[in-house]
Amino acid sequence: MSLINVKNLSVGYGANTVLRNVALHLDAGEIVTIVGPNGSGKTSLLRAIIGATEPKSGEITLQPGLKIGYVPQRLHIDPTLPITVERFMRLSDGVTKAACRIALDAAGVPDLLKRQMSQLSGGQFQRVMLARALINQPDVLLLDEATQGLDQAGSAAFYRQIEAVRHDTGCAVLMISHELHVVMSASDRVVCLNGHVCCEGAPAVVASAPEYRALFGTGTGGALALYRHEHDHSHNHEAAE
Amino acid sequence: MLDDFMTRAMLAGVGVAFAAAPLGCFVVWRRMAYFGDATAHAAILGVALSLALQMSVFAGAMAVALIMALTVNQLAGRGYAMDTLLGVLAHSALAFGLVAVSFLSGVRIDLMAYLFGDILAVSRVDLLVIWGGAALVVALILWRWSALLTSTLNEELAYASGLNPKREQLILTIALAITVAVAIKVVGVLLIAALLIIPAAAARSLARTPEAMAGIAAVIGAISAVAGLQGAYVFDTPAGPSIVCVAAILFALMNMIGWHGRRLMQRG
Repeated sequence: MSLINVKNLSVGYGANTVLRNVALHLDAGEIVTIVGPNGSGKTSLLRAIIGATEPKSGEITLQPGLKIGYVPQRLHIDPTLPITVERFMRLSDGVTKAACRIALDAAGVPDLLKRQMSQLSGGQFQRVMLARALINQPDVLLLDEATQGLDQAGSAAFYRQIEAVRHDTGCAVLMISHELHVVMSASDRVVCLNGHVCCEGAPAVVASAPEYRALFGTGTGGALALYRHEHDHSHNHEAAE
Repeated sequence: MLDDFMTRAMLAGVGVAFAAAPLGCFVVWRRMAYFGDATAHAAILGVALSLALQMSVFAGAMAVALIMALTVNQLAGRGYAMDTLLGVLAHSALAFGLVAVSFLSGVRIDLMAYLFGDILAVSRVDLLVIWGGAALVVALILWRWSALLTSTLNEELAYASGLNPKREQLILTIALAITVAVAIKVVGVLLIAALLIIPAAAARSLARTPEAMAGIAAVIGAISAVAGLQGAYVFDTPAGPSIVCVAAILFALMNMIGWHGRRLMQRG
């Protein structure tokens, strides 16, 4: 069975309906990306999955005992709250210092244990968030615009990290992103959301779908092609010579 | 030893400081300062009602503080900004409380004692109530510490960890109502928020972890209580405000120390 199964989900606030009849499933080891314009209900969908928003109708089934690692959109830590990276990593019970070290090493940010969270750069902060989300060996990683505030190179590196995590641990990934060209090539499936599921499928299928082009224009199709092109040849020119 | 009113007063002050320290940290981190004010102001209405109904002032104050806190919790995010909502509720509750007190003919009450506290008149029973309430608040916060901290950092993070941030908020609200009720006698309605916020804020510049901040805040609060009472005795000043004055002076000192410490670290 799927790790996460969403059926006929409708979410709304008051008279506003944000999501209508959304169906979505996430299987073990999959990377699924949700794309959609602002206000398309991407974050509402993620909030409903973690139980932060009560659905109006429909159902969300999580595999029993499913462990979720969550990386929020942006985490503002109030400057009055002192907290070291180690303390932050050990928020949930039973996390050892050794486990923190290993997780930070794996996330590419070693030696940060004693630093204050407020002193981290944007990239370090997101990697610490990722390390924290992964520390309990989750079955699913949920990322809500996890690369907001990172530059192009930074977010590309972050998504490479996500792919590596999936490769090493087999953890499924469900993420929201607006950086279509970076994200889509790493995904197994893409779900295009605009209040409802417009289209979904393999990245190339979605990128050429008329519904997707209507939302994002044809420019992004080009970006996707460009990105794939980069992978078509080697950059080791010195080696070639 | 408890025969001495000064000893009882100090014990009362220290008891409240211990409860106020960890709770005050959350009040500061979650920017709930006015929430504390509102709850405290509502307590004066509780005092009036409990005098009219001839029940325990502690119970009355706590009941109204709790109702107030729950109301604010419910109304938050429904049209009015939080500070507007709290401004309306806090001051209306205080005004209604003061008007209600004026209807209480026959009972001569010293309103000042409830507005500014009367720590020197703390009885053994009061002491029992204060330490009982403080122990309850500290136990409640220790029990939920990790969950409260996670919910304070980020709501979604808490949900994803299987916590319910709304329930954690409710626990803080209840702890706040209890603290307000036990602190009325010590610093009075008008200065309770000061005892919550100032020690926590003073501890900020020295602390590197949330736990350290709560611990340091407890020490600062306790020192403020003892030194404030000593000062009040020596200079013949009102006790509650003197305690808050010492806390404020410590706040300034801690900030200077913290600032210098950071400068030395940057150089070194």
